[in-house]
Amino acid sequence: MAAVDKKPVTGAGPLNGVATWVDQRFPLVSLWEDHLSKYYAPKNFNFWYFFGSLALLVLVIQIVTGIFLVMHYKPDANLAFASVEYIMRDVPWGWLIRYMHSTGASAFFIVVYLHMFRGLLYGSYRKPRELVWIFGCLIFLCLMGEAFFGYLLPWGQMSYWGAQVIVNLFAAVPLVGPDLALLIRGDYVVGDATLNRFFSFHVIAIPLVLIGLVAAHIIALHEVGSNNPDGVEIKAKKDANGIPLDGIPFHPYYSVHDLVGVSGFLLVFTAILFFAPEFGGYFLEYNNFIPADPLKTPPHIAPVWYFTPFYSMLRATTAEFLLPLWIFFALVLALAFVRSRGGLGKLLSAGAAVVLALGFWALDAKFWGVVVMGGSVVIFFFLPWLDQSPVKSIRYRPKWHMHLYLVFVAFFLVLGYLGIQAPSQVGERVSQVGTIVYFGFFLLMPWWSRWGTFKQVPDRVTFHGH
Amino acid sequence: MNKLLARLLAALTVGAAMLVGAPAQASEGGIHMDSFPLSKLHDEAALQRGAKLFVNYCLNCHSAAYMRYNRLRDIGLTEQQVTDNLLFTGAKVGDVMKASIDPKQAKDWFGATPPDLTVIARSRAGAGFTGADYLYTYLRTYYQDNTKATGWNNLAFPSVAMPHALWQLQGVRRAVFEEQKDPHDEHKVAHVFKGFEQVTPGTLSAQEYDNAVGDLVAYLQWMGEPAQGLRVRLGVWVLLFLAVFMVIAWRLNAAYWKDVK
Repeated sequence: MAAVDKKPVTGAGPLNGVATWVDQRFPLVSLWEDHLSKYYAPKNFNFWYFFGSLALLVLVIQIVTGIFLVMHYKPDANLAFASVEYIMRDVPWGWLIRYMHSTGASAFFIVVYLHMFRGLLYGSYRKPRELVWIFGCLIFLCLMGEAFFGYLLPWGQMSYWGAQVIVNLFAAVPLVGPDLALLIRGDYVVGDATLNRFFSFHVIAIPLVLIGLVAAHIIALHEVGSNNPDGVEIKAKKDANGIPLDGIPFHPYYSVHDLVGVSGFLLVFTAILFFAPEFGGYFLEYNNFIPADPLKTPPHIAPVWYFTPFYSMLRATTAEFLLPLWIFFALVLALAFVRSRGGLGKLLSAGAAVVLALGFWALDAKFWGVVVMGGSVVIFFFLPWLDQSPVKSIRYRPKWHMHLYLVFVAFFLVLGYLGIQAPSQVGERVSQVGTIVYFGFFLLMPWWSRWGTFKQVPDRVTFHGH
Repeated sequence: MNKLLARLLAALTVGAAMLVGAPAQASEGGIHMDSFPLSKLHDEAALQRGAKLFVNYCLNCHSAAYMRYNRLRDIGLTEQQVTDNLLFTGAKVGDVMKASIDPKQAKDWFGATPPDLTVIARSRAGAGFTGADYLYTYLRTYYQDNTKATGWNNLAFPSVAMPHALWQLQGVRRAVFEEQKDPHDEHKVAHVFKGFEQVTPGTLSAQEYDNAVGDLVAYLQWMGEPAQGLRVRLGVWVLLFLAVFMVIAWRLNAAYWKDVK
């Protein structure tokens, strides 16, 4: 639209003139309307819908505190540990900034896990929101990378040995593994070169990608519209002006609503930050207050809590677990073989079973552990196609679906707990069961999500006015 | 929805209980840790006595390389007091606390470089005990052991490289062990600690010594994070502010949403 065709901005008070000038050169009004004042969100959002905006808040906290930390931090193996203590002691309010950043890292994973669970509950990844979900999964991957690279920077014992363990995982890749690990470390052991490149990834590369993905996530969401706890498409019922009957403008209704969520979140966040910033060794591990020592391996190396469910599955994949694991995958593929109608499906499932059988015979448990751990994250991407339920929301699905979700969550928590603990016989067995439950939940979803009696989904959302 | 929320909360509570019951890091096994008397952290005189002990007994071999002398202001000492009473190494009051010993020599003498003590209290926490509890136990469980190169051993840190630096205060003690048969397995014999036996008296009584170690550990705990007192005091105000903010946000939300039918 040519600039002259645009109407002058009204409603900005004394800023009308400036806003008009900008709007004729930049889509100020249309952006504001499309994403805030005329973005119609379902009016029946509940508690679970706080976590998206909270994730955005934590992202801002991490970026702003990160900028200030970089002003004083030194990415140098000889200076890094001391520079963090310098921030904690000599930089005015440095301790506050650092604790915000370290508590923020854990808070980020808490809100993102809850945000993802919300998606699972209400089928928010189902058509037409597959891309919203996939961008979200990519954000989750970036977050994991960001956390991993960032954790090396304080250069404590856990930083150092955690990085050593994880980088060594890449060495399990057949043929190129050792070279790949060398490329990541930039040295034969984790050292100054590693610290420098991790710093670069942590403060430049990944944040850039992360912010781009967050923008894509929100743009995709605003294109298709938000899902809601009933899983009803509000765009199906519109009034005479083309506004969804069950929609309300995001601003001001959800901006003030999210403010309540923000205050609740900040109460918990600051309570941890001011009264228990180490959070019993879970947010800041005790060992990490000892400077990195390449000659002294700690007796027990545990990743930070948010990685431990996946780490547990890696540890569960021992040589003796390969056969049960293959039998499990073979059963899933056999089911796929029987159920698929086309010849292609049958061919693919049979082929996959053969490839897996050869792989389990030819490659060692360490490699498969890495595959299992990687697969446990990557499998989230396929959720929109694994879920074949006729309705989106858990509210209209059979009750036992909810119970299954809770079993899945329980095992996820148990796996997380076991990943923190030192290896044990019982723990290994339990985490092997957990691994099967975890993958079974996803891989068998195409079948179980169709079973049972589903309730009638209403035309309009369920909402009781205040 | 509410039922789901309640169930999930219940599940999370169970999970949290499991986490609290479990150590974040595996315990190294070993003895029960005595509780550090926490009230000493809020006792300025105790912290100052601890600082004096630290400078006199620890700083010869250990550094506190991230701690500046003039930070002792925070526990009520003036720069003049610090300069007059606590500066022995020719350092300036704005300098960090360096050890008197050459780290290379220390390594030759003790077999290990004495670790920096700035954040030692934060690093020594473990399953069911704080770093202060550990240090409070460790500094009170030294005993004479002629099988060791230094002539000393320790219950909390067996075969420790450090000799008993506070022995003049505590005196020399011997540990009494008893061979006990395992009631469940006759072939197993456990080496059970029965108690200490004073060999020669120190300059302090047992109670005075515990008190002095309490002061020293209070100082180490404070030094690990000098801002910890301020952090907690500030946190109370932040939470109060947020509680008020939450009420306002809640009422604002209700005012907007009353139109939504």
